[in-house]
Amino acid sequence: MMMAFYGGLIIGLAAALLLIFNGRIMGISGIAGTFVTLLFNPKARNVQAEEFVWRAFFIVGMILGGVLLAQFTHIFKDAAMVSSNPVLLIAAGLLVGIGTRMGWGCTSGHGICGIARFSGRSVIATVTFIAAGMLAVAVANVLIKSAGGN
Amino acid sequence: MNSTMSRSILALLSGAVFAVGLGVAGMLNPANVRGFLDILGEWKPALMFVMAGAIAVYAIANQMLWRMKKPLLDADWNHLPRPGFDFPMQAKLGAVLFGVGWGMAGFCPGPAIVSLASLNPSVVIFTAAMLAGFYIFAVYERFKHARAR
Repeated sequence: MMMAFYGGLIIGLAAALLLIFNGRIMGISGIAGTFVTLLFNPKARNVQAEEFVWRAFFIVGMILGGVLLAQFTHIFKDAAMVSSNPVLLIAAGLLVGIGTRMGWGCTSGHGICGIARFSGRSVIATVTFIAAGMLAVAVANVLIKSAGGN
Repeated sequence: MNSTMSRSILALLSGAVFAVGLGVAGMLNPANVRGFLDILGEWKPALMFVMAGAIAVYAIANQMLWRMKKPLLDADWNHLPRPGFDFPMQAKLGAVLFGVGWGMAGFCPGPAIVSLASLNPSVVIFTAAMLAGFYIFAVYERFKHARAR
């Protein structure tokens, strides 16, 4: 559990850097969602060039960090996927993509930054998506059991 | 070095530190995330400790804001969202949809994008669908605004 806490401190540091230096919230669905929106909208992208560029750099940084972890650790080799069923993965990905944009943020933006800023809406959002996630897992477990699988 | 460039490099650094933090925290393993949501099964509390650590550091940074007129590398706060309770029904529904997808695959947006580096086909499929979801919602919003006009 201590590693989880230390990792949390590092995540908090990453978010703090972006806030103190750039005045931006480290919400990944907002960063990547706005990036995708501007990627397919050249007119808006030209008007808001910096809005596009810093998000692109943040995403490149995330992937570079991932490449470092892939090179020097076993983290990805040890990761156990919940499912490799493409239909389930696509449905889950669409729900996460649409849901986080519709819900004004995800685990990082609401769950970390928003709660640390004492934002009531982020507390509501975090409680809601954790409760919905717990319910989804409980229902999925019952379905799997009744189908006789494991 | 102009400040657009310095802000971009800071963003890249922040993204990389975030990725390493997720790795150290065990949050790039969907089984750990799913384990947190599996309260009726073998519950794994790790995600709670991750949030506690991150919130502690960020709360300190947030306190520093009160003493700063502007961010270190920018001229203003870029319309930083104001803390508040406004959260309409549609946004609540969004949080529910997100929670269901998160429970189904054990991925939220941050770990999904960082894990692209693993080139695991399941991650690539999930993340591509998630990015498509971002785009679908953007198209929906643009359509809604066009109709409202």
